[in-house]
Amino acid sequence: MRVLAESTGALCANFIMEPWAMGFMRMGLGAALVAGLSCALLGVYVVYRRLAFAGEAMSHTTLPGLVVAQMHGFSLAAGALASNVIAAIGINILSSGMARRRGVREDAAIGVVFTGMFALGVILMSFAGNRSDFLHLLFGNILSVTRGDLWFMIGAGFTIVATLLLLHKELELSSYDAHYADLIGIGSGRLRLVILTLVALAVVSGVQVVGVILTSALLITPAATAALFARRLVPMLFLSVAISWSAIITGLYLSYYCSLPPGAAIVALASLIFVAAWVWRRVFG
Amino acid sequence: MKLEWLAYGGRHLHAPDPAAPALQVRDLAVGYPGSEKPVLSGVNFTLPIGSRLALVGANGSGKSTLLKTIAGLLPCRSGAIAVFGLKVRACHHRTSYLPQREEISWNFPVTVERFVLGGRYVHCGWLTSPDATDHAVVAETLDQLDITSIAKNPIDQLSGGQQQRVMLARALAQGSDLLLLDEPLNAVDGATRSLVGDVLARLQREGKSMIVSTHDVGTHDQPFDRVLTLEHGRVREVNNESAR
Repeated sequence: MRVLAESTGALCANFIMEPWAMGFMRMGLGAALVAGLSCALLGVYVVYRRLAFAGEAMSHTTLPGLVVAQMHGFSLAAGALASNVIAAIGINILSSGMARRRGVREDAAIGVVFTGMFALGVILMSFAGNRSDFLHLLFGNILSVTRGDLWFMIGAGFTIVATLLLLHKELELSSYDAHYADLIGIGSGRLRLVILTLVALAVVSGVQVVGVILTSALLITPAATAALFARRLVPMLFLSVAISWSAIITGLYLSYYCSLPPGAAIVALASLIFVAAWVWRRVFG
Repeated sequence: MKLEWLAYGGRHLHAPDPAAPALQVRDLAVGYPGSEKPVLSGVNFTLPIGSRLALVGANGSGKSTLLKTIAGLLPCRSGAIAVFGLKVRACHHRTSYLPQREEISWNFPVTVERFVLGGRYVHCGWLTSPDATDHAVVAETLDQLDITSIAKNPIDQLSGGQQQRVMLARALAQGSDLLLLDEPLNAVDGATRSLVGDVLARLQREGKSMIVSTHDVGTHDQPFDRVLTLEHGRVREVNNESAR
């Protein structure tokens, strides 16, 4: 009996530890956890500020920067970031005058910038000849994350966490009452630009994990799931990160043992957790 | 302000002109960029310190626009506004604006206590957290408005009347001297109507000045010192007598 228990324990330990014996898997896990942290924290603001469409757009707008970076051997993160910063500023300029009736609606501005940038990315891909070289940009390749990519993600994550901590009360207030924030001089427009810029940073991290097309899921799904349960902002932020990390770790195991694409496995699990949470809330209130 | 250099928008607390009224509006015209037609034009009135003015008019008459302009949320096209003798932007510590309830995202995950604490942020500024004094002010304000029992509740669980009390609590917590209230009794229950009326009367006795926009002064329990009627963006009449 004891021998059986010991061998079962050894099998379990082996099952748990085996994927992480390889350096590229450890690097991928680290990158995914950091990207997941950044996206999950910002996702809460994205969901409550109704910026989910912006998040989706941000991930797609990285494409031209990623393509140019790959074609010329630059850092993918730098290319994606440049694309996103341009997009964030463009969206803010187009829509910030809306309150004074001279801009366009924010969702319309996002739609214009997002589709234009994505189309530019596709055109740039066509110049490169073999489009299959760019598939990992669209669907992610977590296992090819380099040490440089990881350091970028850590830097982006640190910037996001530090900004959310330092501007916590201002971001919170302007999220539910932009008028009052403007009245006391906080400037809700400036904080919206801060949020969009942070989303751009998070998306650049997420793109390297799950790709251009699935990144918005890292941003939105954990936060939307957390919003089903938590009633206060700080617990919601923690829950969002916990859900994201659960999907990432389980997704990587699934990917390793079932030979699934890691990005898709992570996003599918996050979606599954959301559906289960939604059903739970429906049934048990 | 705890640290002057951390003030929001670089706006420091300025001493008011002791001889000035609470509010002076001269030949005010307000319009939205891109639109030739002004929303408000030729608006003149003075609000003495400690008085209470009703702003009456139909939907679209310009009541909310006038309050937002006084609060500094909309720019003047021409004319001038002086709050306690100072420019609007110099008085954000002393001015509270209560928007209509639908202008706030009530589904955001904050508690009533945290919402009211927002009224103290103007005294904190960037990178500074509210201290024990701020929390004590909030606790006292919640008590005044009889909402201590729901202090820990999320704001998405509040009724219309409770939302109105919570917004008023934030304005009181700010400690402002001029209150701009945009239809504070719109669709609230009788208990809230009575409580808000009592609180406003007490504030007036303490020397606070206020403008209350309303469709009908008859819905307010307490009398107003003046009634200013707006019609299509212009002042139709100013009644200086006590009115209900």
